[in-house]
Amino acid sequence: MAEAQLLSLEGVSKEFPGVKALDNVRFDLNPGEVHALIGENGAGKSTLMKILSGIYKKDSGEIKYRGEHVNVSSPHEAQRLGISIIHQELNLMPHLSVAQNIFIGREPRRFGGLFLNNSKLNKDAQDLLNELGLPLDPKKRVGELTIARQQMVEIAKAVSYRGEVIIMDEPTSSLTPTETAALFKIIKSLRESGKGIIFISHRLEELDAISDRVTVIRDGEYVKTMKTKETNIPEIISLMVGRKVDTDRRPEVRKLSEDVILKVEGFSTKTLLKDVSFELRQGEILGFAGLMGSGRTELARAIIGADLKTSGKVFFKGEEIKIKDPHDAVKNGIGYLSEDRKKFGLLLIQNVTFNVVLASIQSFSNKLGFFKNSPATKVAKEAIATLKIRTPSERQYVKNLSGGNQQKVVIAKWLTKDCDILIFDEPTRGIDVGAKDEIYHLLTKLANEGKSIIMISSELPEILRMSDRIAVMCEGRLTGIINNKDADQNVIMQYATKHRN
Amino acid sequence: MSDAVKAQSETESGNRFTNLIRREIGQVLALASLVVLFGFFSIMRPVFYSWTNVSNGILMSTTVTGLLAVGITFVIITGGIDLSVGTSTTLCAVLVGHYVVGWHLPLWSGFVIGMAFGALIGALNGAMIAFLKLPPFIATLATMKAAQGLALIISHLAPIIFTSVKGWDGIAQGNLIGTLPNGVLILFVAAVLASIVLNKTVVGRYTFAIGSNFEATKLSGVKVNRWLILIYAFCGLFVGLAAVVLTSRLGSAQPDLGLGYELEAIAAAIIGGTSLLGGKGSISGTIIGALIMSVLTNGLRIMEIQQEWQYVVVGAVIIIAVFSDNVRRRRAGEIS
Repeated sequence: MAEAQLLSLEGVSKEFPGVKALDNVRFDLNPGEVHALIGENGAGKSTLMKILSGIYKKDSGEIKYRGEHVNVSSPHEAQRLGISIIHQELNLMPHLSVAQNIFIGREPRRFGGLFLNNSKLNKDAQDLLNELGLPLDPKKRVGELTIARQQMVEIAKAVSYRGEVIIMDEPTSSLTPTETAALFKIIKSLRESGKGIIFISHRLEELDAISDRVTVIRDGEYVKTMKTKETNIPEIISLMVGRKVDTDRRPEVRKLSEDVILKVEGFSTKTLLKDVSFELRQGEILGFAGLMGSGRTELARAIIGADLKTSGKVFFKGEEIKIKDPHDAVKNGIGYLSEDRKKFGLLLIQNVTFNVVLASIQSFSNKLGFFKNSPATKVAKEAIATLKIRTPSERQYVKNLSGGNQQKVVIAKWLTKDCDILIFDEPTRGIDVGAKDEIYHLLTKLANEGKSIIMISSELPEILRMSDRIAVMCEGRLTGIINNKDADQNVIMQYATKHRN
Repeated sequence: MSDAVKAQSETESGNRFTNLIRREIGQVLALASLVVLFGFFSIMRPVFYSWTNVSNGILMSTTVTGLLAVGITFVIITGGIDLSVGTSTTLCAVLVGHYVVGWHLPLWSGFVIGMAFGALIGALNGAMIAFLKLPPFIATLATMKAAQGLALIISHLAPIIFTSVKGWDGIAQGNLIGTLPNGVLILFVAAVLASIVLNKTVVGRYTFAIGSNFEATKLSGVKVNRWLILIYAFCGLFVGLAAVVLTSRLGSAQPDLGLGYELEAIAAAIIGGTSLLGGKGSISGTIIGALIMSVLTNGLRIMEIQQEWQYVVVGAVIIIAVFSDNVRRRRAGEIS
């Protein structure tokens, strides 16, 4: 067994200024195996993988590759050894073709190396794609591909180095179930060809389908390695967080108010939405389920006036309101929490206070336009206390907070603005299990306090756990609204795949 | 106050002081470099630190680019750029000359005319960026060329002489306080006001917010387009003021002078720690940056270094300043 090992890491430690990121961690990988690396955000998964792929230098510990000590001093050295990494954020050049991306920096040349040999480039790429069974056109521009297909390009690129070890950092985080299944097929064929695959994911329910072994790390320390068959999700979660978390609880059936706070009527957009209408009741959590690209985010953005609509009316407590831009939406008490917090929700390089008051700066200023610091600080401190935002102080830069705490800062921003209607788009994306639970409690608490919530989510367990009613979309149309007690994953999927033809 | 309490409050204020230094370390270092440069030239050529040289050489030559740099700092913090401030200064100067000299208007109206046209040009820049969605670089490049042309057209290619306006030279060269030139006084008063606007008012908040994340700010319900136009117009006020000071210093409006000032202003802001990526910057840093540039130019001139080499040194200083700031911030974990 020991000789057969492809890769082994022993006693790896890494310290950043002020933080011990990894402490005496071990990990190993056999050929023809998918080994899942699991841990909460900040547990040290990415740091470990960055050491393995030569991006970071370890402080101590040793790495053996095929039984021999190696020093992975740079990403180039890692590639030479045969270790490839596919980062969570894809590193592709959208303007270049599939083939150009795969062979970037290693393009075949001709005429003494002065000119690129494009025909060979495309042929090599086609051969590689055929070998992997990937349905891609090597000449197509990467920017025109879906995320799932772009990921295939990354996989082809990783394989093209003829590496033996492929690291995949959350490859499924933005894929639909169908796309995930396709990815797993590719991973399985890589496994059959004898490659070792390190698989990082937050979606624990995937592990059964894909991984052979699971290693859990917590707070930079090694916890346990298990055969996937011999463990289960609750055990993995308790190892990850060091305590028990209940994941599957259905909401207590809450008495729904009959008051309609928001009515959306006949929303259409040029590209996707077709005549979407629904009602949101006071104090309700209305879940929006659907596959990727079904138009849920587009609907939210059209409602708040961030994108143009071709038709559609919005009624607030029975009266029609005009929403031309996000300013009008906010003025009417509608706040949107984007799925991409960093891009659309936060001022990362500013502190917590600034972010908390961002939507209500005017109300923190006097008539002359002077901004009043102390009330702002007070509100931020209160938000930190009530939402349990873990931060050293309200002056901390938001980019230094974890995903869950960043999400809480965005929530604090809208609560400070006193919004009655909150639209959460994938509220727990990229947030680890423990913090997810806190976000769920927070959402329920807000609804109980009378806030009305629209929650868009691609995770069905989340939809089923949180929603009072569930709206399902498919191809830009609303295909059904179901009461929670009548819903299960099958019913939702039926509506979500109710294609027109 | 008991001794114990007193001791405690002293350590607290001590901590506050060290915290302040730690937080503003970039500016502290910029200030330190300014002091070192000043010391160096003073040792090499004692005439350098004479009040005459400091006030009329260094400080006076900082006034125009300093004012432009203060204005452009706002624009750069929004993540934008304004390439038009140099030739807009020329255009404003010509317009001030055209109306004040041509129509025999009183002295104070020069300030109003200069700043009004400056704000108008700025607002146009802002509108092109906000509504036509032109990148700031392109929009203000176009304005830069147009302003250059308009200045030549309105002046009929000839300088406008201000000698007929009583007291015009006093705007920059008079002395309200001791022997401090008024131009320098204007710069510092303007800088203090700008600093208050940037740090204490809603305008300043939105300047930082837009530069930190335009989309997030917009989705938070902020009327970003309106604020952008306002901020570019605000920058224009300083352009107008710079035009008044410039004409006072020269006694005339020169239709071919001004191109290149924008780059000096940008350099001053960058040396002072304002990030071209937006979301970060300060007026005090910009003033220090502008002074570093003037001290360098003045000191090298006094040391009789050839003009050509002066340019090379200034170029090198910009690289050193920005690079060392990057290194420091990477170590501090501010950027990755």
